[in-house]
Amino acid sequence: MLSYIIKRLLWAIPTLLGVSLLVFSMVHMAPGDPALVMLGEHASKESVDALREQMGLNKPLIEQYFMFVTNAVQGDFGMSTTSGEPVLDEFMERFPATVELALFAMFFAVIAGLFAGIISAVKRYSIFDYAAMSTALAGVSMPVFWLGLMLIYFFSVELGWLPVSGRLGYEFDIDEVTGLFLIDSILMDDYEAFWDAFKHLILPAIALGTIPMAIIARMTRASMIEVLKEEYVRTAKAKGCTKTQVIMVHALKNALLPVLTVIGLMVGTLFAGAILTETTFSWPGIGKWLVNAVNQRDFPIIQSTTLIIASMFVIVNLIVDVLYAVVNPKIRLS
Amino acid sequence: MKKILLAMFVLVSSVLFAQTPQVGGTLVFGRSGDSTSMDPSHATDGESFYAASAIYDNLVQFKYGSTQIEPALATSWDISEDGLTYTFNLRKGVYFSKTKFFKQKSEFTSKDVVFSLKRQFDKNHPYNKVGGAFKYWAAMDMSNIVKDVIAVDKHTVKITLKKKEAPFIANLAMEFSMILSADYAEALAKKGKQNDLGRKPVGTGPFVFKKWVKDDKIIYTANKNYWNGRPYLNKLIFKVITNNAVRAAELKAGSIHVMDFPNPAEVQTLDNNKGIKLVKQEGLNVGFLAFNQERKPFDNKLVRQAISHAINMQGIVDSVYEGLGKVATNPIPPTMWSYNKNLKGYEYSPEKAKELLKQAGLENGFETNIWAMPVARPYNPNGRKVAEAMQADLAKVGIKVKIVSYDWGTYLKKSSNGEHDMVLLGWTGDNGDPDNFLNVLLGKHAAMKKPSQNRAFWKNDEFTALIDQAKEITDVSKRTAMYEKAQAIFEEEAAWKPVAHSIVVVPMLKKVNGFKIDPVGKRRFKEVWISK
Repeated sequence: MLSYIIKRLLWAIPTLLGVSLLVFSMVHMAPGDPALVMLGEHASKESVDALREQMGLNKPLIEQYFMFVTNAVQGDFGMSTTSGEPVLDEFMERFPATVELALFAMFFAVIAGLFAGIISAVKRYSIFDYAAMSTALAGVSMPVFWLGLMLIYFFSVELGWLPVSGRLGYEFDIDEVTGLFLIDSILMDDYEAFWDAFKHLILPAIALGTIPMAIIARMTRASMIEVLKEEYVRTAKAKGCTKTQVIMVHALKNALLPVLTVIGLMVGTLFAGAILTETTFSWPGIGKWLVNAVNQRDFPIIQSTTLIIASMFVIVNLIVDVLYAVVNPKIRLS
Repeated sequence: MKKILLAMFVLVSSVLFAQTPQVGGTLVFGRSGDSTSMDPSHATDGESFYAASAIYDNLVQFKYGSTQIEPALATSWDISEDGLTYTFNLRKGVYFSKTKFFKQKSEFTSKDVVFSLKRQFDKNHPYNKVGGAFKYWAAMDMSNIVKDVIAVDKHTVKITLKKKEAPFIANLAMEFSMILSADYAEALAKKGKQNDLGRKPVGTGPFVFKKWVKDDKIIYTANKNYWNGRPYLNKLIFKVITNNAVRAAELKAGSIHVMDFPNPAEVQTLDNNKGIKLVKQEGLNVGFLAFNQERKPFDNKLVRQAISHAINMQGIVDSVYEGLGKVATNPIPPTMWSYNKNLKGYEYSPEKAKELLKQAGLENGFETNIWAMPVARPYNPNGRKVAEAMQADLAKVGIKVKIVSYDWGTYLKKSSNGEHDMVLLGWTGDNGDPDNFLNVLLGKHAAMKKPSQNRAFWKNDEFTALIDQAKEITDVSKRTAMYEKAQAIFEEEAAWKPVAHSIVVVPMLKKVNGFKIDPVGKRRFKEVWISK
C-alpha cells in the first residue's frame, strides 16, 4: 500500500512540471507586453524599458522559467506586478471566499442532485421524472454567467428577496478567523451577519452548483435504476423491508459508488465555474482575482495561481486514487 | 386658501431643504474593480487613485470639477525668476488622521512633503525599494524635471527643477504626488512593516480609512477635523462590482448610491428609472486620426485637408458612440483651459474634398491604409467600426482604404515607429495641462526620434515654437493666448482629423447631491450629500 502511494506521489512531479511549463509558455506567448499594457499609451520608451528590466522581462525565457520553478518549489511565488505584494499572501487572502462558495455549491449540488436522481429513478416516467430530467438537461447546457444574471434579475431586482452581489452587507463587520463568513460570524456570536452571509451565498451557490447538480442527478438516476434491477434488492423486498428501507439502505449504498467518483472529479468543475460565477456576483475570491490579473497581464499571479490550482487538482486526484485502492484491492495490484 | 398656502409652504420648504446640504448617512459607490495599492505613488490604475483621493491631499489640487489648480496643503507658492525654484508655504495646524493602527498625533509639516516626493527618486531613501516601482513618476518623466526637494523650515518646502516646466505645478496635483505621513512611515519601519504603507493608509484627507476587504469593499469614515471642513457623509464605502449589468442592478435595487462605468446600451434604461439620475460631462480626452506626414501623399497639406472634408464625423460619432461622444474639432477637449472656441473644424463636404485632391494632383484618388485600434478606449469605443465608416466615406472621393489591426501592445509599438499611413488613437489627459496634449502628441521634438507619441510625425516649427515658449511661462493668461494660436495652426495644417471627445456618464440615485464629474477622472465625495 505504502509503495503504491509513494509511486503515485512521484508521478505527480512530472505532471506538475508539465503544467508549469504549459502555463509559463502560454502566458509568455500571448501577445502584449505587460510593461506596455501597464503604463498605457502615455508611456515613453525609457520608462517601458526600465519597467521591463525591473520585472525581469528582459531576461531570456529559459532563465525566467527556471527562476519561476525554483522559486515556486521553495514556496516563493513572486510579487504581483500590479500591487507589489507577494502573490501567495494575496492568494491566501482570497482563497477562503472561493472555498466557502465551492463547499456551499457542492452541498447544494449533492443534496439536490441525489434527491432528484433517487425520486426520478423510483418514480420512473412520472411527471416528476420528466420535469427533473429536463431541468437537469437545461442545467448542464446553461452558461453559468447567464444563469447568474437571470437569478439576479429575478430574485434580487424583481422580487427583492436576496442580495444582488458580494459576500456580506456593508453594515456588517466581522473579524476574519477562518475566512469562512458562516463560521466566523458564529464565532463572533453575530447571527444577523450569519443570516446575511447565508443569503449572499444562495444565488452564487445555485449558479455554480447547477451543472454539478444536473450531472449528479442524471448519474444517480441511471445508477439507481441499474441497482433496483439487482437480485439483492428483490431479496430485500421479499424479506419484508419497507420501500424506503429498500431504497435508502440497500439500493442507495451501491448506487452511490459511481456517483462518488463523479463528485470527486467535480472539484475541478467548481473551480473553473468559480471564475465566471465570482465575476458575475462580485464574489471576492480567487476566480475574480484571476480574471483581473489576466486583464492586467499580471504574469506572476496568472502563473502561480494556475499552478496552485493544478497542484490541488493533482492532490485531490491522488486522494481519490488512494481511497479507491483502499476500497478495492484489485487496483493496487494492477 | 389654506390648502394653497400649505402647498406653497411644502414647495418652498422642499426647495430650501433640497439646497441645504444635509450631514450624515452612508454612501456606497459601486465601482468596476478593486484598488491595487493604497499607496498612490506606486499605482497606475484609476481605481487605486479614486480610493487614494478620499484619504490623501496634495500640495495643490484641481478645483472640484475643473482643471484649474487651487491651493491645498500648500497655501501659496512662489516661483523664482528663472523658473527653477518653487517655494511652497504649507498649511499650519493640519494633522494626519488617527486610526486603529496609528494612534500617534502627527502634524503635517515639511518633512512629510520631502518624504513623499524624495522617496520616488532618491535611490538611497529607505522607502525607495518598498512596494515596487514608482511607475507614474517615471511616466511623467519627473526624474528629468525635479532636482531636489528641501525642507527650509517646518512649514516651508523648496523644490528645485532641472529645467523650466510650467506644467510642473499640475503634476503636483496628480495622485502620485499625494502627501503621505513621514511619522507613520517611520513607525512602520520600526516594526519592520514597511509594506503596510500600501495597505493601511494614513492621510490628511477628507475621509479616514477604516478597512479594506480585498476585491470587495473599502470602508471610510468622515474626517471630522478635516482642514477644509468635514465632509457631509458620515461613512463612505467603495464597493467592487465587476459585472456592469450587476452594478446597474444594484443601483436599481437601491443598494448602491452611485455607479461607475455603465454599459452604453444600458444608460437609457437607467435614465428611464424614476429613482435614478444621470450626471454627464465631456471627458478630458480626444480620439483622433493621425496622418503620417513622413509618408506620401500625407506630407501634402491639401491631401490632409481633403480627407478632413471627406469624412462625415458627426455620422460616425452618432453611430459608434451611442450618444456618449461629441465630435472633436481641436486637439484638446473643451473642458480644458485654453480650448480655442473659435475653431469650427472641417465641415463634411465631399465636393470640397474632391476639389482639394484635384489641386494636389490626385483627382484619381490613391490607395492607403487606416490602422484601427483592437481595444475599446474611453476616447474610442470601437476603432474597427470608426475605421470602416471612414473607409466608406473616403471611397466616395476615390481614396481606397485598407484597414489594418494588431494586438494592442504591437499596435502601440508599431504606430509609434511610424509604420502606418493613418492611425486611429487617442489620449486622456492626466494633469489637466494643455501641454500634456499638445507637446507630447504634436510637438516637433517628440517627432524627431522614434518611437514617438507624435503619431502624425508632424514637425511644424511655428506650432512648436509657441508651445515651447508657453511651457516656460507660468502666467496662465499668456499661456492661454499661445495655446489658442497653436490650435489655429493645427487646424490650418490639418495634422490630424480629430474624432471625438467621449462623454462620461455617472448614474446615481436621485437622493445623491453635489456629485461633480472631475475632468481629470477623479471620484471625489467630500461635497457629496444624501437627502433624506
